[in-house]
Amino acid sequence: MALLRVENLHKRYGHEEVLKGVTLAQDAGETKVVIGPSGTGKSTLLRCINRLTEPDQGRVWLEDTEITSRRTDINRVRAKIGFVFQDFNLFTHLTSLDNVRLGLMKVRGMPRAAATGRAMAELERVGLAAKANAYPAQLSGGQQQRVSIARALAMDPKLILFDEPTSALDPELIGEVLSVMIQLARDGMTMIVVTHEMGFARSVADEIVFMEGGVIVEQGTPDKMFRSPEVPRTGEFLRKISDLYGESR
Amino acid sequence: MDLSVWTEVAPHVPVLLRGLLVNIQLLLGLISLGLVVGVVTALIEVYAPRPVGIVAGAYTWFFRGVPEIVLLFLFYFGLSQFGVPVSAFFAAVLALGLRSSAYQAQIFRGAFQSIPHGQMMAARALGLGRLRAIVHVVLPQALRLSLAGWSNEFSSVLKDTTLAWGIGVVEIMRQASYIRARNFTLTLPIYVTVALMFLVLTYVGNLAIGLAERKLRVPGLEGQR
Repeated sequence: MALLRVENLHKRYGHEEVLKGVTLAQDAGETKVVIGPSGTGKSTLLRCINRLTEPDQGRVWLEDTEITSRRTDINRVRAKIGFVFQDFNLFTHLTSLDNVRLGLMKVRGMPRAAATGRAMAELERVGLAAKANAYPAQLSGGQQQRVSIARALAMDPKLILFDEPTSALDPELIGEVLSVMIQLARDGMTMIVVTHEMGFARSVADEIVFMEGGVIVEQGTPDKMFRSPEVPRTGEFLRKISDLYGESR
Repeated sequence: MDLSVWTEVAPHVPVLLRGLLVNIQLLLGLISLGLVVGVVTALIEVYAPRPVGIVAGAYTWFFRGVPEIVLLFLFYFGLSQFGVPVSAFFAAVLALGLRSSAYQAQIFRGAFQSIPHGQMMAARALGLGRLRAIVHVVLPQALRLSLAGWSNEFSSVLKDTTLAWGIGVVEIMRQASYIRARNFTLTLPIYVTVALMFLVLTYVGNLAIGLAERKLRVPGLEGQR
């Protein structure tokens, strides 16, 4: 059984229908990369999965829990789904350590000492143990994003959703974030990544999902998507975006 | 004017200080009440559904719009007419405290609104409920940002405690008037002494708030305003 199932998801903002029936399934350990022009509902899709945005229609399951059910305790589900934002959204008043520790202590109820140990281990994993006592304002964008990945990892998530994690970064800082994500994918973390980084998609993704106009146009392995897409529009978009962002990384 | 009257103030200083102590008690009572009610009012104005927010808005409108001395009379004489016997001290804390809460709500509301919404989303994404996300993420930042405005409110209500004189609280102004009644030549020296005491108190209070502000300072927090 798939770890995550999304069925016929719809979302409308005013007159504009951003999601027009999206269906996908994700296995444990799989890395899915979602690509597509901006404004085609990729971020909305991620936010509807953990109901940061309430979908209008459709269902989402995490294993055998229906996330979209009114009876589901959404906070329990969210604690199992990591979310990495485009603009990091670290808590300004807390150090890196406290940013990572907050969820452990306040959501998972872990005692301070244990939470500290776990948080330090995650900061180590993203290469920032030395910055444990720094505040977000004292970190570069790349470092902030790595702390936010550590914050997600500390919760032992079954799945992490990445919403354009490198789009707000200076070009020279993108690499450090991508290499953390590549390592995560190799370690078997289940990830859905919305990104324009074609190099990452090509080398790490198990599956690439191409979205446009609120629907999935085509999905498949990187090999298929890059070499022999079935829909002409997929090939056209991939060529354009690869020219723009390069795929040498 | 005979300068010797100034030395005659000295024996009255302990009585004045006893009065000042009542002002300090009034201050602590009213500013705590104002803090709690002010934070709650601001939370309601920012986060509650619109109808509830309108009620909170009407509340701050009322307490910011009615003169303090009128509020004091309303609470002291008004409550007893409803069969609620209140001491002058309690009525003063209530009237001035609720008035202060309306002003403090304005300070906190601005601070709440200045915390980037993304942080609230990140807290919710971790699995924190709405209220707990506010308590652990928004509130600690908003309170820090409020300190500057809050020190203003502190100075203002500290002086407002003298208005409690109007409903018969035996605070410093009432003690001063007792002294003056017995010896009119002391009028100027007594009130100058009262003024000096308030100047010192305001200075010390603001010094303490300034220290707290420095101690609680977090890099990057002030910059996001």
